[in-house]
Amino acid sequence: MAKEYSFYPGCSSQEGASSSNYLTSVQSMCDVLDIKLNVIPDWNCCSASIGYCGGGELPRLALSARNIALSEEHNAGQDIVATCAACWLATKETQERLEDDEGLMAETNEALAEAGLKLKNENKIRHMVEVLIEDIGYEEMGKHVKKPLDGIKIAGYVGCQTNRPFGIEGESFENPKYLDKFIETMGAEPVENYDKKVSCCGGALAFSEPDKSQALIKDIIEAAYDGGADMIVTPCPVCQMNVEVYQDKINAKYGTKFNIPVTYYSTLMSVAYGKNGKESGLNGQIIKATKLEEIAAK
Amino acid sequence: MSDEMKIGAYICKGCGIADRLDVGQLEMTATRDGKAAICKQHDFLCSEEGVKLIQDDIDNEGVNRVVIAACSRRAKTEAFQFENVALVRTNLREGVIWVRPDTDEARETTQEMGDDYVRMGCAEAKYAHPPKPSGEQGLTRAILIAGGGVSGMTAALEASKAGYKSTIVEKSGSLGGATAQLFKKIPTKAPYADPEDTGVDEMIAAVEADPNITVFLNATLTKTAGAPGRFEADITTESGSTETQMFGSIVQASGFKPFDASVLTEFSYGKSKDVVTQLELEALAKEANGGPIKRPSDGKEVSSVMFIQCAGQRSKKEGHLEHCSGYCCSASIKQAMYFKDQNPDIDTVVLYTDLRTPGAGGENFYRSGQKKGVIFTKGVASEVVHSQNPTVKFKDLILDEDTEVEVDLVVLATGMVPNAGSSTREELTADENEAKETGNEIRIDADSILNLDYRQGKDVPHMANGFADSHFICFPYETQRTGIYTAGPTRRPMDVQQAIDDATGAAMKAINEAENAALGRAAHPRSGDLSFPSFRKEGCTQCKRCTVECPFGAINEDEEGYPVYNESRCRRCGTCMGACPVRVISFENYSIDTVGQQLKAVDIPDEFDEKPRILVLACENDAYPALDMAAQNKMEYSAFTRIIPVRCLGSVSLSWITDSMNSGFDGVILMGCPSGDDYQCHFVKGSGTAQERMGKVGDTLESLSLEKERVQTYEISITDIQKVTQIINDMESTIEQIGMSPFKF
Amino acid sequence: MSDLNTSMVEKYRNNFLKEVEAHVEEGEWVKMCMQCGVCSGSCPLGPHWEHPPQELFMMIRAGKREEVLSSESMWMCTSCYNCIVRCPRELPITHIMHGLAHYATRLGIEPKGQPTRQFAQLFWDNLAKNGRVNELWLGVNLYFMNGLVEGIKVAMGMAGIGLGMLKAGRLSLKELVGGHTVKDKKGFKAMIKKAQELEAARVDK
Repeated sequence: MAKEYSFYPGCSSQEGASSSNYLTSVQSMCDVLDIKLNVIPDWNCCSASIGYCGGGELPRLALSARNIALSEEHNAGQDIVATCAACWLATKETQERLEDDEGLMAETNEALAEAGLKLKNENKIRHMVEVLIEDIGYEEMGKHVKKPLDGIKIAGYVGCQTNRPFGIEGESFENPKYLDKFIETMGAEPVENYDKKVSCCGGALAFSEPDKSQALIKDIIEAAYDGGADMIVTPCPVCQMNVEVYQDKINAKYGTKFNIPVTYYSTLMSVAYGKNGKESGLNGQIIKATKLEEIAAK
Repeated sequence: MSDEMKIGAYICKGCGIADRLDVGQLEMTATRDGKAAICKQHDFLCSEEGVKLIQDDIDNEGVNRVVIAACSRRAKTEAFQFENVALVRTNLREGVIWVRPDTDEARETTQEMGDDYVRMGCAEAKYAHPPKPSGEQGLTRAILIAGGGVSGMTAALEASKAGYKSTIVEKSGSLGGATAQLFKKIPTKAPYADPEDTGVDEMIAAVEADPNITVFLNATLTKTAGAPGRFEADITTESGSTETQMFGSIVQASGFKPFDASVLTEFSYGKSKDVVTQLELEALAKEANGGPIKRPSDGKEVSSVMFIQCAGQRSKKEGHLEHCSGYCCSASIKQAMYFKDQNPDIDTVVLYTDLRTPGAGGENFYRSGQKKGVIFTKGVASEVVHSQNPTVKFKDLILDEDTEVEVDLVVLATGMVPNAGSSTREELTADENEAKETGNEIRIDADSILNLDYRQGKDVPHMANGFADSHFICFPYETQRTGIYTAGPTRRPMDVQQAIDDATGAAMKAINEAENAALGRAAHPRSGDLSFPSFRKEGCTQCKRCTVECPFGAINEDEEGYPVYNESRCRRCGTCMGACPVRVISFENYSIDTVGQQLKAVDIPDEFDEKPRILVLACENDAYPALDMAAQNKMEYSAFTRIIPVRCLGSVSLSWITDSMNSGFDGVILMGCPSGDDYQCHFVKGSGTAQERMGKVGDTLESLSLEKERVQTYEISITDIQKVTQIINDMESTIEQIGMSPFKF
Repeated sequence: MSDLNTSMVEKYRNNFLKEVEAHVEEGEWVKMCMQCGVCSGSCPLGPHWEHPPQELFMMIRAGKREEVLSSESMWMCTSCYNCIVRCPRELPITHIMHGLAHYATRLGIEPKGQPTRQFAQLFWDNLAKNGRVNELWLGVNLYFMNGLVEGIKVAMGMAGIGLGMLKAGRLSLKELVGGHTVKDKKGFKAMIKKAQELEAARVDK
């Protein structure tokens, strides 16, 4: 029987948005693993981590509270699962803060009442990675591999918000291992001691402080090349975009010759599970993941 | 007891010894060369059966010298314990098979090592006597406690709980010491959030009610003579009457003196009444008793206060204290809470450079202060300007700016000056040197606490910054005077709870020593050792070197200048033996001969055999364990090495060096503990003294026309496992370079 | 300066720490900083902060209100949460930085031209309008936030990236008109409005 979850896809995964290819590969992956994602009807933006300027604490909490309340109403009893690091973080943070502060909880419900909603705050908020590790397990994940990703060396770039402040149970903040295990489970080779595994790509500041952020991104890519990586894989949409799309600009500025594909863990899994390039979201790559494409085409 | 020597040698075949060594050959060596009357092999000598084998020979065959050729003397000590015999351990496991490769080429030299160690063991046994108590012992189940503060009272109460009587001698007119001056103390219980009542009144009441405790107020110790087990103390009261009592051991809990803040003129101390020390603030808080604290100048209720940490402390300036007093940060947090708990709107700022809150609850207490709104500013005060309100000028180290704050009251965290009596280490050394040159008595007499009737000064020697010496890691509470234990702030700066813990430990040690002394047993580190030094009077030249160099002041002098040993003051290190130029000092089982004959027993091959011999005299405290550990790690060293453990490098007689050179050894290595300010010598000064003596060995070598590289002295810590093997192997290479000794006959 | 700012200055005369504790998100943690500096050392943009977090905390305690609130420093936060997980005192530093930035904005004394401030405001406005972020408009607004001429220059510079995203199907021109939105816009907006009112009431208290 399929495992069912209440799914919070988030803005960037929408059709025609920056990580729509992430969603495509997640759907393929879930299809194979018999995971059913029930989208929260009429979900809204979580305000990510950059909403703080215009949004005060309570309006921001209200945003996530609305999503949780809608989930409770329509997908009763199901854990909420997000694929985007920022969506997961903001929602989980909201849940914790409202648990800890009755006053905030009361005020949040007062605001929610305006939209005809009430929050009970009862269901777990989880990242897709947690579902894979805790509910599916590495062994089961490995069983479905049809085309092992032999001969590909991959830098597992965990980044920030999937890792901090909450992180994945049982993993360290400084050197989480799960992404490397994913890579291994899919038959590829992880870069050992990837120096920039949990370093920041600049996040939203890639827009507002491009020079400073691109300097960070440069180091992330350089470390991947230093480790002999053919490609980079990440669980976070912002990481994926920042590390992939600025490579030309960084090359122009620093005289580097970066051209390394950056995909999601779900892309790897989808290809290894035998899905074709389109189903795996490979057409969403700006820097083509040729090695994956070759395997997908086999 | 007749002491007709009969050597029994027992060779263990276990742990692979028999696989690597020809045990039959060893047995032959023991009987032929070692003159062992009985020699036996056993598969597992440390087993019940093996031990019985030895005991039976002692009981039935009259064996009174037991040589066990097995593992290191540091292993299986509980199995190999025999009464009324001299026991010698010779090390075939860690000393031979574990440090040599198991190869055909190595077999011959490995066997040579084994044979030599058996010869050495038998030679040692030949000159060792079974140690027995001297008859000098006394048992006095009473403890003298100098000081009636929290430390002294705790020691008395703890001793009483163990059934010991004690006598507190307190200089002032009341018990309670510095703690009695406090409003509250730093918390001692979870959650470590608020100041606690000092509990000093309850403690005084308990002391007064305890029939095991006698208290002398307004009293001092005018003379302390004797030794552990039989200390004789003159207690003189203000009225002038003196009473002499006997004690088994002594706890010195003489506390601290407040730092004299009047040197801190830059902080307007003395000029402004509203600049006070922490101790003076306690008085203000006591007066307020939970109400608003009023400042001294005009009685205004204090609405803002700044605490200046490290005032006159952690500073090399003239008249300042170099040390961190350790308790003052927590004390300032506590005092800031006096204000905050009474009125949260009072501004309280703690100006610190490094906030240090040691102890289990320290960090919690710091956090509690922050939660209560105490502001912690990292900065250094340069000046307190005196006007109607004091203004503190300081550099903010985080914001990197010079700034100032006007407050109602300034509190200076001035720290502790130890009240440890007269003889500082520097004074003692200076005096010793003078005594050596002039042959005069050491004269030190100032504010003595104990007025010891010892050859070397009236109080326990001090270490850095005037605190009573006690190597807390290696030998807690032990001072350089056996049977005298320091506790509380006289030993190091500490707060009330730490002093209570400290005094509890010191009381236990004091009881332990009183009991040990009665049995003639040594204190740490040779705990339980019954051997003690004696000297051959007819050979003594009254040179006084032994009385001066004894690290523990154990040796007095009689009127003619001959040494008078006080056995129970002695730690059995043998520094006196190493010091004696005429070699008249010895222990029953450790003497010039027990080592000297061992090195002579080593078989020295002919010069052309190209088999040099390296003698290692290794301190049994750190160097020998390090060598054992190297062996446990199967680290190899030269097969030409012969190691003899010594009690302390201080016990090494120069005669051993010349004898070894004369016998044809090619190199000698001395391994002792690190000396100097951060000494690790288990006998405080032994290794340093040895270093000094070995400085002169070059002349001896020169007179023999030998290269000075042939004798080397090293300081070894117990963890220097790589280093010990390296040193030995380097010596082998050195010998290869400079050639074999010409003294092989 | 806004009226709110003036009244806050009046209310918390000389006690900026109390003001921060009362009005800045997670501000009650500021006093718990022990000045170890691990946050500053852990920050990816550390060298670009005029006043790193632990210094800001000290400035708050020292009452440097203007300097703190008008500082660009906290706008350097990338929300990487390194400081939070490493802080030995477990201060929610990231949130305090966001809280300070928001409070400064609320008082109207934030550094107006600061690019992250501008982007963050655009982001909020964008999501508050339709309930979901419209990446295309966000980008367009971002590029033109410093005026038309500057905007065209920036946009031209970023054109390659936009084109790449378009080709990969990760940017849609459909977003120019209509685009993604929540269905219950009315309820959504009423909720935000209510939350803002409640928060404002709290600050005025």
